[in-house]
Amino acid sequence: MARAEIAARTLRTDRWWLPPLTTFVGLLLISIYAAFRTFQGDFYWVDQYHYLTPMYSPCLTEECIPAASHFGRWFPALPGFLTPPVIIIPFLLGFRITCYYYRKAYYRAAWASPPACAVAEPHSKYTGETRFPLIAQNLHRYFFYAASLLLLINIYDAVLAFGTGVGLGNIILLVNVGLLAAYTLSCHSCRHIAGGRLKHFSKHPVRYWMWTQISKLNNRHMLLAWTSLIFVCLTDLYVALVASGTISDLRFIN
Amino acid sequence: MSYQGKFRVWRGDDSGGGLEDFTVEVNEGEVVLDIIHRLQATQAPDLAVRWNCKAGKCGSCSAEINGRPRLLCMTRMSVFDESETITVTPMRTFPIIRDLVTDVSFNYTKAREVPSFAPPKDLAPGEYRMQQVDVERSQEFRKCIECFLCQNTCHVVRDHEENKEAFSGPRFLMRVAELEMHPLDTADRVDQAQDDHGLGYCNITKCCSEVCPEHIHITDNALIPMKERVADRKYDPIVWLGNKLFKRS
Amino acid sequence: MPELERHSFDVLVIGAGGAGLRAAIEAREHGMRTAVLCKSLFGKAHTVMAEGGIAAAMGNVNSSDSWQVHFRDTMRGGKFLNNWRMAELHAQEAPQRVWELETYGALFDRTKDGRISQRNFGGHEYPRLAHVGDRTGLELIRTLQQKIVSLQQEDFKEFGNYEERLRVFQEFTVTDLVKDGDRIAGAFGYWRESGRFVLFEAPAVILATGGIGKSFKVTSNSWEYTGDGHALALRAGASLINMEFIQFHPTGMVWPPSVKGILVTESVRGDGGVLRNSDGKRFMFDYIPEVFKDKYADNEEEGDRWYTDQANNRRPPELLPRDEVARAINSEVKAGRGSPHGGVFLDVSTRLPAEEIRKRLPSMHHQFKELADVDITAQPMEVGPTCHYVMGGVEVDPDTGSSSVAGLYAAGEVSGGMHGSNRLGGNSLSDLLVFGRRAGAGAAEYVRALDQRPAVSEDTVTEARATALKPFQQEGGENPYTLHMELQQSMNDLVGIIRRQAEMEEALQRLEKLKERAQSLTVEGHQQFNPGWHLALDLRNMLLVSECVAKAALLRTESRGGHTRDDHPSMDAEWRRKLLVCNVDENGVSVEEKPQIPIRSDLLDLFDRAELEKYLTAEELS
Repeated sequence: MARAEIAARTLRTDRWWLPPLTTFVGLLLISIYAAFRTFQGDFYWVDQYHYLTPMYSPCLTEECIPAASHFGRWFPALPGFLTPPVIIIPFLLGFRITCYYYRKAYYRAAWASPPACAVAEPHSKYTGETRFPLIAQNLHRYFFYAASLLLLINIYDAVLAFGTGVGLGNIILLVNVGLLAAYTLSCHSCRHIAGGRLKHFSKHPVRYWMWTQISKLNNRHMLLAWTSLIFVCLTDLYVALVASGTISDLRFIN
Repeated sequence: MSYQGKFRVWRGDDSGGGLEDFTVEVNEGEVVLDIIHRLQATQAPDLAVRWNCKAGKCGSCSAEINGRPRLLCMTRMSVFDESETITVTPMRTFPIIRDLVTDVSFNYTKAREVPSFAPPKDLAPGEYRMQQVDVERSQEFRKCIECFLCQNTCHVVRDHEENKEAFSGPRFLMRVAELEMHPLDTADRVDQAQDDHGLGYCNITKCCSEVCPEHIHITDNALIPMKERVADRKYDPIVWLGNKLFKRS
Repeated sequence: MPELERHSFDVLVIGAGGAGLRAAIEAREHGMRTAVLCKSLFGKAHTVMAEGGIAAAMGNVNSSDSWQVHFRDTMRGGKFLNNWRMAELHAQEAPQRVWELETYGALFDRTKDGRISQRNFGGHEYPRLAHVGDRTGLELIRTLQQKIVSLQQEDFKEFGNYEERLRVFQEFTVTDLVKDGDRIAGAFGYWRESGRFVLFEAPAVILATGGIGKSFKVTSNSWEYTGDGHALALRAGASLINMEFIQFHPTGMVWPPSVKGILVTESVRGDGGVLRNSDGKRFMFDYIPEVFKDKYADNEEEGDRWYTDQANNRRPPELLPRDEVARAINSEVKAGRGSPHGGVFLDVSTRLPAEEIRKRLPSMHHQFKELADVDITAQPMEVGPTCHYVMGGVEVDPDTGSSSVAGLYAAGEVSGGMHGSNRLGGNSLSDLLVFGRRAGAGAAEYVRALDQRPAVSEDTVTEARATALKPFQQEGGENPYTLHMELQQSMNDLVGIIRRQAEMEEALQRLEKLKERAQSLTVEGHQQFNPGWHLALDLRNMLLVSECVAKAALLRTESRGGHTRDDHPSMDAEWRRKLLVCNVDENGVSVEEKPQIPIRSDLLDLFDRAELEKYLTAEELS
């Protein structure tokens, strides 16, 4: 028995290619910006107001500005073009890359598998996440733990910056960690660990409550993924602009 | 409030076929299935279409409208422009029988491969006690009307016929999740999901959730939680290391 | 002539709704090789449309409930015309049948202490309906379907073949039953997909084909409901009873036109929804019949209090039995107080918070949103009566489901007697389970006791094939669609919710003409998945059954339950003692009176004498 003979790759008449294209362009621009800032190796610390960009936190190598290394400089100077963020970026990137939302986004936008629902994909073979390397997507949970740790450090940085007064930068750092926290908490792994793995919610009322709350956040996981990602870049940009003296911080107190 | 609507309907069988043009009367408040019925009654008496309740409850009239998997009875004509040509085609993923009717036996085969509900042996009828919060997750999945639109849209089998053997599709992975979350089911469903039903093929691109006429959160509430359970057991480096070190199998 | 596909089974079940599947499970568990034949795909039967719940006196919510109370409610609902033995078995066994579903994997809504929750429904004294939101029928079908799969998995383990002892033939239509002398010998039919004919040889056949609603224009029933089982039974020599009683559900959608008739569940009213006319008046207070005056609130305040305190208040009249509410709506619309599209308003939006409505009535919310673009949390619904259920059906032995023809059984809507002149909401799903199981067991026992299996003669097969192919043989005849529309219009207008002698006589004349025209139907195309041909064959059944309905309705000169005569508006205790029995022979359809079996005295004792006086004759009471 054969399938119905329909030659067209899709009969969709709407602009189905628009969402994957937008996603692709968005992710590309952000990647370019993040790569540039990572390898720039400068303008990540505003000494006067103790602003540290989240992209460089924690700063753990010898070349870090000592004041920006809130937890000490554990590693020797990195060779060549490498900069301090390369220590932490694998974890941050790992968390986002293995995130269930981003997987959908880039499988569709970058790999066209599928480009959109009911639009044929261009690949002749497909094994999904059953074998290496994509089977490693199952490690999302461990990246979640790592990212949670980095989030705590970001929160610490944001609080520490209030020691010198209050400026627009403080507000931005605060909003940034708020969004990062919301994104991290809304993660599917977090939802699973908090309560989703239980068979009987009724026997664990507190974990059920947590699961219920996280489920509400989880409904907005895509929104939080994008807003937190864009806002991290904006936060970094603000810190970079202030650190480089391009603009001056708007101060409310001191 | 009537107008003459333009339609292109796929007609044919497994030996071939193609899109045929029709002009049909459309009245206020009608759905696509009404138009197909009018076609049958006035222009194409042998046009094959599968339908039953006409209220979105039985999941029989699954097809593709302008390339999108939909129920014919739940697609109102008012969502289209009067000048638009509406294309109606059979579900692509399943073998064609005739016109808009496909052979959905793939789904019944897969349904049989999911081991049934296994209640505790010592529990007599009438003694079952379950809390509402404990049944709600599985209840969501039991809203499924088995229209098989999720199975049809899933690219794992839609674009790769060869994966049908190894992959049960969203509907039946959701059935595994339903039993896994059933408060009184005693069977172990986690390895089954991964090894027997091909959970790993799913790359969570969410088309199943997008087309579900019952708005079940198939991906977020069934597939991802199953993937997380599999991760608990199979991809937990700590557990893996422990097993290696202490030579447990 | 292509070779005929043949199968041999112990028990054939025709229909895969609740009754058919439960019967098949039972027959298979009795060791019978069983086949289920259904017109749709497996799991799509009309049972999925049932919304409210399954009535069973489990007493989970109110412990005063018992089978006796359920029996009483059922008899009252049916205006005492019910087969009392069926009503008794039904009330006694329904709880076990519901609990059994849990062992198959059903997930009902729960009470606080973890038992099955039960909801209020029209005509039931206590909260009695086990439910899953408002999609209970779907849960029932899926659960039974999954039980069948689990039995097939057992066979696979044992024999390496899923279908060793239980096989489903889906998208298959039975056109005729086959007999060997007086006994059932099998069934003849065709695959809808290919049009190829198949002969099933089996000593026992269980009819579970549901109702006849497709003979009416406005109906909540799906296309499958063409009275196949009723007609197969008639042609095989069995008799139908109570065919004049047809339930018009009071609340069907009236707009948009394409979904006119689709059901709005009674739970909307059970959960607080009220009926209003175009003046905004809750008109049901004007329609409480004498026999129900002491059970229903006569003012809005008391009615509203009932939702929270059922012990000290009488229930609101929106929850009167379905026939009463349907007639009331009909009268309001006729008096010019209807809604814009010819119904009345059913409003839950002003009675419950939006969140609560979405939680309790999810499918209704969905249905109105998607089909009518109406948000029931903010706007009232427009509703009107729709043909919903036929109380009449094959006359069966209550304990075994056996008809008067040896080897022929019936269960569910296609059987008659259980619901008397009117069925209570929720009693349908329990009926399917209780009598589905009994018919499965009855057929199994019959087959086991046989010492010689019946044989099928080749002549019968040739004849059945010729009948089925007739529409292809003729040219220049009429289109079956036209004929079907005319039949629906006639039945709706002339044998509908309110009946008059002259109109029914006209209906019978029209039916005669339709029958003649049906002799020369013409179908185009070929046998493969040909809807025109399918309809032509179904039409034969619809015409036969419609004639039974019209003839019985004309004879019964009283109004009772699902039979309302404008020219005989009151109930007559003498008529309660009579059943109208429909038969078919070479002279056509005939309807005759038959005395009703008197109610067993211990069951009569469950009622107050004052109540019995409303229904029974002085002679019966003495």
